[in-house]
Amino acid sequence: MSEFAPIFIYLGFSLLVSLILVGLPFLFFANSSTYPEKLSAYECGFDPFGDARSRFDIRFYLVSILFIIFDLEVTFFFPWAISLNKIDLFGFWSMMAFLLILTIGFLYEWKRGALDWE
Amino acid sequence: MIIDTTEVQTINSFSTSGFFKEVYGLIWIIPILTLILEITIGVLVIVWLEREISAAIQQRIGPEYAGPLGILQAIADGTKLLLKEDLLPSRGDIRLFSVGPSIAVISVLLSYLVIPFGYRLVLADLGIGVFLWIAISSIAPIGLLMSGYGSNNKYSFSGGLRAAAQSISYEIPLTLCVLSISLRLEIGRNDQVVLPYDSDLDSSTVDIVEAQSKYGFWGWNLWRQPIGFLVFLISSLAECERLPFDLPEAEEELVAGYQTEYSGIKYALFYLASYLNLLVSSLFVTVLYLGGWNFSIPYIPIPELFRINQMAGIFGMTIVIFITLAKAYLFLFISITTRWTLPRMRIDQLLNLGWKFLLPISLGNLLLTTSSQLVSL
Repeated sequence: MSEFAPIFIYLGFSLLVSLILVGLPFLFFANSSTYPEKLSAYECGFDPFGDARSRFDIRFYLVSILFIIFDLEVTFFFPWAISLNKIDLFGFWSMMAFLLILTIGFLYEWKRGALDWE
Repeated sequence: MIIDTTEVQTINSFSTSGFFKEVYGLIWIIPILTLILEITIGVLVIVWLEREISAAIQQRIGPEYAGPLGILQAIADGTKLLLKEDLLPSRGDIRLFSVGPSIAVISVLLSYLVIPFGYRLVLADLGIGVFLWIAISSIAPIGLLMSGYGSNNKYSFSGGLRAAAQSISYEIPLTLCVLSISLRLEIGRNDQVVLPYDSDLDSSTVDIVEAQSKYGFWGWNLWRQPIGFLVFLISSLAECERLPFDLPEAEEELVAGYQTEYSGIKYALFYLASYLNLLVSSLFVTVLYLGGWNFSIPYIPIPELFRINQMAGIFGMTIVIFITLAKAYLFLFISITTRWTLPRMRIDQLLNLGWKFLLPISLGNLLLTTSSQLVSL
């Protein structure tokens, strides 16, 4: 348990440092002069055309879902890789079966174009 | 019985001779402050180094007015940004806007916990060392998305989405390369004496460096995992959003991407997060592939130097830190030179590279490493 103590203290320090840095301008600028031109969204000098919260491409959503799947696969790889000397060939081939299923899925999504255009 | 007493003896010897592991609680503040100071100085040096190297590549003179040779340029920039007005965009989500840069910085700062600067000079010698870095670096895209959405700006939103997509796409090849290194099949298995730092579950960074320490620089993981090294280098450059993977900040395309609406110290936090990420990636490259703190000239009989590496003497500590930093700065030089030499990649080329090229190659590398280790036993 003592090996986790520095992690919490370090986390506390990082939070302190970043929040102090973010809160520091409030000391200097008690009454800053803001006017609408300064506060409006930047669109190369023009007034913004329409709302910024528009629809976005569904490909970003697809990339995130694919990331989740592969990240979980890698999470399963971690304990397998480390304990490979204890589970010898049987463990190796079990993980290869898992990997085969995921590879078939990966090939399917590649051929269907889920990884294209972006 | 023999194993019991050996274990107890090794535990005792560890707890009494460890430099930082002796006490619980608040005594940790001193090494943590030292590390934070070291990181800050590291970032200042990197900023100066980048400006000098980019100036040399572009055949001009870099910063020369702030301090001798422009050393204090980064401090001057930071002070200027500190004193600038902090704008909050109208109709933007203020809480998301304010917290976004902090999350990006915190997640990168936490990665420094597991980097070993020396044999006992690591803040947290966890059994899951490298995995901690992988897990925490996955939090950074959340900060980018928060910044992009909370800015109420189409360019920021697009930039934030692209930055997050790029970050998460290159996480997986990175993780697979790291996995290929932490694969360890020990020859001395169940019936021989277990070495004290050899626990069952180990992705510890200290052990990764120790495993490279045997033959000088021929023992580096660079030679055992050349494909993994190249994939790791490309993936870590993409994670740091450095050129050639610079699209989230591409000035011609997206103004400044998710950083468009930021001013003052929050902008400085993004800048800081970018250079911190670069430094931690370089340090990880040295730890994982270049043999960490080991003095890597092979076959020179320097037994006294080895004893210095194991001791907690001040001279030994400085040499070891110096070696680690020298190797890390080699990679910083390569990253900075790459940034100012290569053109930018488009977003679809970028994601193609990550998913269709690096992912299968790193998976193949992992399988190759696993099967060669199993066959050689």
